[in-house]
Amino acid sequence: MSKHPDHLLISQVSIDFPTAKGPFRALDKVNLRIEKGEFVSIIGHSGCGKSTVLNIVAGLYKATEGGVILDGREVDEPGPERAVVFQNHSLLPWLTAYENVELAVKQVFKKTKSKAEMREWIEHNLRLVHMDHAMDKRPDEISGGMKQRVGIARALAMEPQVLLLDEPFGALDALTRAHLQDSMMEIQAKLGNTVIMITHDVDEAVLLSDRIVMMSNGPAATVGEILHVNLPRPRNRVAMAESAEYIRCRKAVLSFLYERHGRKEAA
Amino acid sequence: MNPTQLFQTLGAPFLGILLFLAIWQVGAPKIVTSLGAIPGPVQVFEQFIGLIDEHKAARQKEVEFYQRQEERNTKAKADDPNAEIEVRPYTGKASFFDQILTSLITVMTGFVLAGLIAIPLGIVAGLSQTVYAALNPLIQLFKPVSPLAWLPIVTMIVSAVYVTDNPMFEKSFITSALTVLLCCLWPTIINTTVGVANISKDLQNVSKVLRLSWWTHVRKIVLPSAIPMIFTGLRLSLGIAWMVLIAAEMLAQNPGLGKFVWDEFQNGSSNSLGRIMVAVIVIGLIGFALDRGMLLLQRHVSWDKSLALR
Ligand SMILES: Nc1ncnc2c1ncn2[C@@H]1O[C@H](COP(=O)(O)OP(=O)(O)O)[C@@H](O)[C@H]1O
Ligand SMILES: [Mg+2]
Repeated sequence: MSKHPDHLLISQVSIDFPTAKGPFRALDKVNLRIEKGEFVSIIGHSGCGKSTVLNIVAGLYKATEGGVILDGREVDEPGPERAVVFQNHSLLPWLTAYENVELAVKQVFKKTKSKAEMREWIEHNLRLVHMDHAMDKRPDEISGGMKQRVGIARALAMEPQVLLLDEPFGALDALTRAHLQDSMMEIQAKLGNTVIMITHDVDEAVLLSDRIVMMSNGPAATVGEILHVNLPRPRNRVAMAESAEYIRCRKAVLSFLYERHGRKEAA
Repeated sequence: MNPTQLFQTLGAPFLGILLFLAIWQVGAPKIVTSLGAIPGPVQVFEQFIGLIDEHKAARQKEVEFYQRQEERNTKAKADDPNAEIEVRPYTGKASFFDQILTSLITVMTGFVLAGLIAIPLGIVAGLSQTVYAALNPLIQLFKPVSPLAWLPIVTMIVSAVYVTDNPMFEKSFITSALTVLLCCLWPTIINTTVGVANISKDLQNVSKVLRLSWWTHVRKIVLPSAIPMIFTGLRLSLGIAWMVLIAAEMLAQNPGLGKFVWDEFQNGSSNSLGRIMVAVIVIGLIGFALDRGMLLLQRHVSWDKSLALR
């Protein structure tokens, strides 16, 4: 089944943050292979280093040891082929939804698309996240869920090889979150992007992912276990809730998070 | 608006001013100086009217001067078509309102020039630790220096460097404007630097992921984020500049409101105190208007129109 087993390779990644008390090892030898088109969730307790992994893949942090390879090329700086949706939307507050997406599209397609094509592409992506009705609104005029949708549209509009989502729905209420999760599944089915999503929500991880990467607690956090979610797509959250596989996966993640913490505590 | 709000927005300020005027009117005559008793608000207002009349008279004189000159020249030309025609500018004493205009032009010139230097410098210093490290000691050293201390140096330098037969600007104008520029520089640089250095980490990350060029980064992310701090710096600067300019004009006898005050003080006529008070009030009103103007400008360029600006 793995046609491109080494689409994205996170290899022996460790990182030390400088602190007043000397270097703090946040991640220790993180290894992960991700296939093209795969949806991978990273789950773990708060502060274990999930965002740090994502930031290293994005190129915003530099690994102290090891590295990230995307399609045979080492990642050494940020770039639009690894689009990030940040936890708190990070839209430019002085630009409308349209203009926020436009900034990204102009940057990525300035040489390959005409003005009219760009406009069509921006509107297409906003339609994809169901935000075409509020294109001319500024971030402070729309709800949190809508902001996150625009953030996703901005990321998708870059046509990234990998989409990086850092707790994208974490700050939203349950209903809005469910809507956005459904949108995300729909979009991924349509576009087939490779996605890495950080979450602390077990149901979200099981519903959306092909694989769930469970991280051990820090310091020196690393990949604890990896769980394959063998649920057919398209997935329906209501039907799913009763499926034996869903229950198995949910239980496996919960037991990792709350019974084992992934790594044997120093006894 | 309910009655309480109405009182707070209109009634209270009105009462405050009324009370001030009353204390002034009653208290002033009790202090007798070598130039007579301190004038009350009514006398000061009379002086203000007097200054307007003087201004009108001066304008009239100017018009007449040019008329006479014109007539003379036409006549000379009629008598002898090859006659040398002389056109001399009017050189009457500057009126109160001429001095106001001079001060306004001077302060705006120095202020705008300072902004053109300080904002780009502040942006670069906010973006680059190295530039900041290089600039910071200089800023910290010069910031606490009263611009008036610069005045002698500026005067000497302008005298030495600005030597032309046909000067476009008066030396005194350049000296005053440079002094204003010097005092506007520091608050604007410092506030711009702080504004730029504190741009949200998330927005900086967005810029990095998009690989925005330096220039696009500055235009799309840095400037809009830093606008409030830049304006804080500009408003501080303009406020200081206006105060400093008046003092500099008094000290250096450069044309402007400061010179007007100084001249009246030296004159020592019975009208002088009243006229100085008119000047003081006008200086205050202009300072206030300048600040309001900056606020309006900020509201105009700022993306957040709902911002409560004060
Ligand atoms: N830039 C940084 N400098 C120093 N320490 C950091 C930095 N970023 C993260 N850390 C530390 O690394 C650990 C992991 O952080 P993070 O990746 O944000 O956790 P998570 O996203 O899983 O909640 C935390 O202990 C955090 O304090
Ligand atoms: Mg995080």
